[in-house]
Amino acid sequence: MSGFRLQIVTPDGSVYDGQAEALRLRTSEGYVSIRAGHADYIAALDIGMVSVTKNGTTRDAACGGGFVSVEKGEVRLVATTFEYADDIDVERAESAKKRAEERLAQAREERDIAIAKAKLSRALNRIDVAEKSG
Amino acid sequence: MSGASMKQIKTRIKSVESTRQITKAMELVATSKLRRAKQRVENARPYHEVLLGAISGLQAGAAESPTVFAQEREVKKTCYVVIAGDRGLAGGYNANLFRMVKRMTDGTDFCVLPVGKKSLEHFGRLGCELVSTYFGVTGTVGIGDCAQMAKLLCDGFAAEKYDRVIVAYTRFQSMLSQVPVCEPLLPITLRENETRYSGALVEGEAEELISRIVPQYVSGILYSTLCEAAASEHGARRTAMNAANKNAGEIIDNLVLHYNRARQAVITQEITEIVSGAEAL
Repeated sequence: MSGFRLQIVTPDGSVYDGQAEALRLRTSEGYVSIRAGHADYIAALDIGMVSVTKNGTTRDAACGGGFVSVEKGEVRLVATTFEYADDIDVERAESAKKRAEERLAQAREERDIAIAKAKLSRALNRIDVAEKSG
Repeated sequence: MSGASMKQIKTRIKSVESTRQITKAMELVATSKLRRAKQRVENARPYHEVLLGAISGLQAGAAESPTVFAQEREVKKTCYVVIAGDRGLAGGYNANLFRMVKRMTDGTDFCVLPVGKKSLEHFGRLGCELVSTYFGVTGTVGIGDCAQMAKLLCDGFAAEKYDRVIVAYTRFQSMLSQVPVCEPLLPITLRENETRYSGALVEGEAEELISRIVPQYVSGILYSTLCEAAASEHGARRTAMNAANKNAGEIIDNLVLHYNRARQAVITQEITEIVSGAEAL
């Protein structure tokens, strides 16, 4: 299977820069898979799972939002957070989930609720991804 | 009399020495923190560049009409994001930045989003209109806080609370020189000739996409300026502490000279007294 160049960047550094065969990600409209020869494309990402296939093996990762762009066959994934399943600290995610739930229960203002909800869905996503591939 | 002055000099030497110990320790701390901060700046760079490339190409293909975030309008009010440090003792780091902001804002209508304790205190004291007092500590502000800040700014901009957002921070030029600069954040400037995404497929509504990506872009820029400001702060502190060490060394050398002279004077006086005493016998 032919591949394409994939670049994954986060504020904490470049996570991946090299060849890949497939990239599956969750856009704001649903799951999408990108392969070699994809047309130019741009989409916002939701919090969700991202799978990178390289040399026939697939690695799952938790992505905390961002966007993806395909330009002349080169794929760029700009993520706010990006962790491979085996790098996820499940304990931390669990405690984050608990904290977010508590905050959600107490929050009155719309802003606080939105923040707590975002935190909760990030934590849930991490736990989800870790479980699925663990 | 000379005995008393010797004691005085001795105490001063001691006090200057202990001050030097502190400044030395601070210099070492600043040096190691600077190394880490620079690493963070390096790490954030690829993100920054990819983001910049994507956003400037986005407009051409994504939407027919320019979005609200890219529209220049008449500037009635400007919002300044001022990123300063949490602590003093960093030479002119904070003062220079505030002076620049003052020069820019004089006589205009503006509000401030202070980041960092010093910034919060300074603009609070001046009685400026503050957008938020939530980001009081630069040291702990992470990407999550940047996202919140970005959302706040984008919402305010879209609601026409202010017509321009400028970020003021200290750019890290080298270990020895850090320069306060202002950079426009909103409206975003799109390069006219970029048509890279023309004809690109867009997932969902283009408008919706832009309204999601722009805050991310703003937050990314904020994050990298924050990293740079932190590096500048440590750099400025290191330089200031280095100078303080040198000064302390000079003062000590001077005092030691005085001390030795005073000691010599006492000895000479004693000898004269003994000799003249012996002569009197």
